[in-house]
Amino acid sequence: MTEATLNMAAAAPQTHKPAAGGREEFAHDITGTVGKPFLDGKDTKFFSRGVNVFYTGNKQAIFDVNVDIGRNEVIAMIGPSGCGKSTFLRCLNRMNDTIAGCRVTGDIRLDGEDIHGKEQDPVLLRARVGMVFQKPNPFPKSIYDNVAYGPRLHGLAANRAELDEIVESSLTKAGLFKEVKDRLQTPGTGLSGGQQQRLCIARTIAVSPEVILMDEPTSALDPIATATIEELIDELRQSFTICIVTHSMQQAARISQRTAYFHMGKLVEVNNTKTVFTNPQHQLTENYITGRFG
Amino acid sequence: MNTLGILLTLSVLAAFSYYIGRKRSLALATPAKRGGNNLHSLPGYYGYLVAIWCGIPALIILLLWSVLSDSIITQMTLAHLPTELQNQSGDQVSLISNQIRNLVANGIETATDPAMKVAAEEYSRLQGISNMAKTVVVLVLAIIGFAIGMRFIKPTTRARNQVEHVIQYVMILCAAVAILTTVGIITSVLFESIRFFGQVPATDFLFGTHWSPQTAIRADQVGGSGSFGAIPLFVGTLLISAIALLIAVPLGLMSAIYLSEYASPFVRAYVKPALEILAGIPTVVYGFFAALTVAPFIRDVGAMIGLNVASESALAAGVVMGVMIIPFMSSLSDDVINAVPQAMRDGSYGMGATKSETIKQVVLPAALPGIVGAFLLAASRAIGETMIVVMAAGLSANLTVNPLEAVTTVTVQIVTLLTGDQEFDSAKTLAAFALGLALFVVTLILNILALQIVRKYREQYE
Ligand SMILES: Nc1ncnc2c1ncn2[C@@H]1O[C@H](COP(=O)(O)OP(=O)(O)OP(=O)(O)O)[C@@H](O)[C@H]1O
Ligand SMILES: [Mg+2]
Repeated sequence: MTEATLNMAAAAPQTHKPAAGGREEFAHDITGTVGKPFLDGKDTKFFSRGVNVFYTGNKQAIFDVNVDIGRNEVIAMIGPSGCGKSTFLRCLNRMNDTIAGCRVTGDIRLDGEDIHGKEQDPVLLRARVGMVFQKPNPFPKSIYDNVAYGPRLHGLAANRAELDEIVESSLTKAGLFKEVKDRLQTPGTGLSGGQQQRLCIARTIAVSPEVILMDEPTSALDPIATATIEELIDELRQSFTICIVTHSMQQAARISQRTAYFHMGKLVEVNNTKTVFTNPQHQLTENYITGRFG
Repeated sequence: MNTLGILLTLSVLAAFSYYIGRKRSLALATPAKRGGNNLHSLPGYYGYLVAIWCGIPALIILLLWSVLSDSIITQMTLAHLPTELQNQSGDQVSLISNQIRNLVANGIETATDPAMKVAAEEYSRLQGISNMAKTVVVLVLAIIGFAIGMRFIKPTTRARNQVEHVIQYVMILCAAVAILTTVGIITSVLFESIRFFGQVPATDFLFGTHWSPQTAIRADQVGGSGSFGAIPLFVGTLLISAIALLIAVPLGLMSAIYLSEYASPFVRAYVKPALEILAGIPTVVYGFFAALTVAPFIRDVGAMIGLNVASESALAAGVVMGVMIIPFMSSLSDDVINAVPQAMRDGSYGMGATKSETIKQVVLPAALPGIVGAFLLAASRAIGETMIVVMAAGLSANLTVNPLEAVTTVTVQIVTLLTGDQEFDSAKTLAAFALGLALFVVTLILNILALQIVRKYREQYE
């Protein structure tokens, strides 16, 4: 898109009305976020408008977030600690439902489907939108069973041979198969931190999700393991949409196509990664990436 | 001064020497602005060092004196007795020395025998001297200790290391007391059991199927020769424990899962303590509940459906015992389920698992070793339980696995063997020790297993 359309998007207030889904009606101006938060309908994987999140005691953690996430893109979410990156990420697969006292309002759609719709089952949604956590959290099971966990749950394999096949291909995609093929039956907790994180990625892609959410997936890893996982993310982009929260701006610059900058619960700026890092449009973003803040 | 008074004085002296020692070392320390502190340790440690020198040697002498003085004084008193009293059997002599001590305690005027009166007076005179000497020796020792301790206050003394060393020995001593007590109990049980097995072959005891420990105490009594086949007792114990565990394990586990995974914090805050109250009810209360309420109820229900239920049944005892051990199962399982990291659950939810799938496939397998530990602890509790069985399951040693009949357990038989008039070295009495030993071995094995499993579980997440 050209600079002109960009400015237009930023300048002209748009009003958004959600489809009559029966949920609360709202209307608001989309002026809070600068840059290029919205995409063409056909490129949009995730569509979110007016998302607010409240924790216990009506403590609001996310204020009116409007953004589109594209198909087969890697979008990086950056921002100072406590600004709500993880909270927003957890909205996308309704993991916030599992936190007592957490309430999400607003319109989030996956391929045009309201994820809060009555007919939506959060459990099925999470099979479509997988998640990799900050700390590797393999189950206390064998490597094989860790990867086979999801396919078994969702009945994706008809027999043992198919399951073997899924396990092998997931481990291969996660770049772990060579290292563990001789010890698939040993506990997943016995692997190194980087291997465990790749095991968790393999476990997530074994159910063939459409989107993978990653919350600081490399923050517990050394530079070599981090590089392995970054390469992996680049390959996974062929088949998945990836939202990654990261504290490393270098990492965001290396692996993402678009970058979203959060500040105190608000989405300040979204744009092509290159633009964000070379020509930020909001003062807060500039402060953050030049290291003048947080 | 009596022992208590000496102890109090000693503690005051020790506190005083701590204070003085600390003060002296503070005075000795070069002020910080002139090149920093030159003392090896913090002033408090010098204080402790002086207090230890003042207190510990004096305390040791006090203890030894208190323990040994009585027998020495008794010996000396007995030496003063007329020779005809001295040349008697050991039992008689200890009887006399007891009488002398009683006289001293109750007032010497009450003595009727003049010889005894003389002895009692001698005893109390010696006691007075001993007490006096004890007071003097101990307090002098404390002061000497204090003086020695004070000499150690100099920059080169490694006071902290020395104090920590002493503390370490004190802790070893405490641990040793507990261990020695256990060892003492085990050896006494072991030796009495060996005596028992001298009278009754071990194979008869372990494999015999008939238990009737009645033996004639006097020659003219009619009574069985006694048979000590313990199998009916072991079977009875197993039967009742099995019933109890069948009740407690599902109920306890389910309530633990409910409490840790489903209950709201409000419900949890009230239900968990309420469940734990079950563990606080005295077993004798459970016992009469079982005997007066549950057993008749089971008999009536049995009569209704045409079953013949004994008024004392294994079922009644087992059910009530099961209720009693629910909290063991639920509380421990709840703890281990809670200890499963939240990240584990998040991982599972993130894969699109439902709550019940997550619990079944991730949480319970992760907590399993801990749950097995809880099970084994509950089992050893069930095996050791006595009161409920005495009251609700009866005393008759039937070899049966029918839960509707009366059975008896190992612990109940130990109680009945040792209550009432007993001849101490009869096979009947000694059998109690053999049973105790068997029980001890079984619960020990269960506990070791439980600890092993719990330990393995801990390693997994640390
Ligand atoms: N479970 C919770 N209950 C209450 N408040 C929460 C909870 N989780 C997060 N918050 C609050 O919401 C805000 C956003 O938190 P969030 O974890 O999303 O930040 P973040 O951007 O991911 O930070 P970080 O970079 O440190 O991970 C914070 O103020 C935090 O205190
Ligand atoms: Mg976070």
